[in-house]
Amino acid sequence: MSTVKHKILVLSGKGGVGKSTFSAHLAHGLASDESKEVAVLDIDICGPSIPRIMGLEGEQVHQSGSGWSPVYVEDNLSVMSIGFLLGSPDDAVIWRGPKKNGMIKQFLRDVDWGGLDYLIVDTPPGTSDEHLSIVQYLSAAQIDGAVIITTPQEVSLQDVRKEITFCRKVNLPIIGVVENMSIFICPKCKKSSEIFPPTTGGAEKMCQELNIPLLGKVPLDPQIGKSCDEGKSFLTECPDSPATVAYRNIIQSVKEYCSSHKVSDK
Amino acid sequence: MEGDEDKDNLSSVKHIVVVLSGKGGVGKSTVTVQLALSLRQAGKRVGILDIDLCGPSIPRMLNLQSKDVHQCDAGWVPVYADRERTIALMSISFLLENVNDAVVWRGPKKTALIKQFISSVAWGELDYLIVDTPPGTSDEHLALVEGLQRYSIDGALLVTTPQAVSTGDVRREITFCRKTGLHILGIVENMSGFVCPHCEECSNVFSKGGGEELAKVCGVRFLGCIPLDPQLSHSLEEGRDFIEEFPQSATFTAFKHLAQAVERGPP
Repeated sequence: MSTVKHKILVLSGKGGVGKSTFSAHLAHGLASDESKEVAVLDIDICGPSIPRIMGLEGEQVHQSGSGWSPVYVEDNLSVMSIGFLLGSPDDAVIWRGPKKNGMIKQFLRDVDWGGLDYLIVDTPPGTSDEHLSIVQYLSAAQIDGAVIITTPQEVSLQDVRKEITFCRKVNLPIIGVVENMSIFICPKCKKSSEIFPPTTGGAEKMCQELNIPLLGKVPLDPQIGKSCDEGKSFLTECPDSPATVAYRNIIQSVKEYCSSHKVSDK
Repeated sequence: MEGDEDKDNLSSVKHIVVVLSGKGGVGKSTVTVQLALSLRQAGKRVGILDIDLCGPSIPRMLNLQSKDVHQCDAGWVPVYADRERTIALMSISFLLENVNDAVVWRGPKKTALIKQFISSVAWGELDYLIVDTPPGTSDEHLALVEGLQRYSIDGALLVTTPQAVSTGDVRREITFCRKTGLHILGIVENMSGFVCPHCEECSNVFSKGGGEELAKVCGVRFLGCIPLDPQLSHSLEEGRDFIEEFPQSATFTAFKHLAQAVERGPP
């Protein structure tokens, strides 16, 4: 980890809010600067979505003398996920906590990432083994911070507040919150609807109350789901979508945070 | 089967149904609550056991978020959603001091509490106990299957959304069910299309058709589609009874069919 300049965790607390979608697109966005080396580490051991979202389904990892080789999407963008170690799409990883922790440790220790500018860690929902372990194992290497993903409804926010409590408990800096699936614009009539209503003020109010930056709000674009299913970057597939504009602004904020964040190496 | 001394809190529960997914955020808790409300409307007494310890969503959906639990001789008294005691709920939420308290527990501690939930909630007589689970195939799921080993479970309801990113995880959950001997009642596809309230155009916000295809590929019953319905989201947010308030909606019909499928039980 000493050759990794910036480490960013993508967390939520709530499932299905778009952590993996965001992680993948953050990676694509950061890797669009070809001088930067970017990697995604998928520690969602039971539900690894990153291989599909990044167009790497069916890929396998290779072992060499220097460890496991991650799978490359582009020359400067690599990925590691348990998905690459499973033989078939039906294979379930039915593991208790300690075994999951062991796998995460192996990912951090045995993957030959090379020198990286950014390592993005995609996490499962919750505040449990995976989250405790990644914070613990990366503690010596200093994590830049966490991006927390939510959707506008209270049902999500109530879990996200717990995740924020977790971050504060383990002294994990919070880069900011992203509100996903903010608003839906009908492709036919172009009028907007709130599919997931912000009945308690959405992420905006929560961020104000907890004094955390709101990095941005991303509207619901059906093309996002389609791109993810097809393993393509939504940013390149739909460059003019308001969702792309929102993502790019958020990615810029994360970049600026990392540049201004002094990481003291061991 | 049950000892005379040992009060078996599940002995007067007629049917147990587990709601699973593998994928997060597909609507497991939503389906659990709407199924419970639909069964209640059909005259059944229903209990809900929420074993999502990190992200317990059910209390708010039934407007019970500020409640506490009390103990009796047989264990915890569940929290009732109504005076008639037609819907009972147990959730870790009721044990937390503050609603924002994070449950930052490793596997063994989660396993212990879930096993306690299984044995120590004084449900009384129930027609249905519906168990809401967190996403994944890990400690909570294993604890549940182990804890319910000596009981007959009607089966598992698998919830997915249409996209491949969801069905991919649900396939793994199907493997979990098969490996642990948990019968699968069927797959329900949630967030299946959104009808624009302005122009009535239906958009496939989260893609289309994945749930039915998955059911076909895995040889499992397809139990129908539930549309994306902001009125349902609103009801859940405010802890109101959607089933009572919107009986004319397509969403209501979808849940009614689901409840009927659950009542028919395993073939």
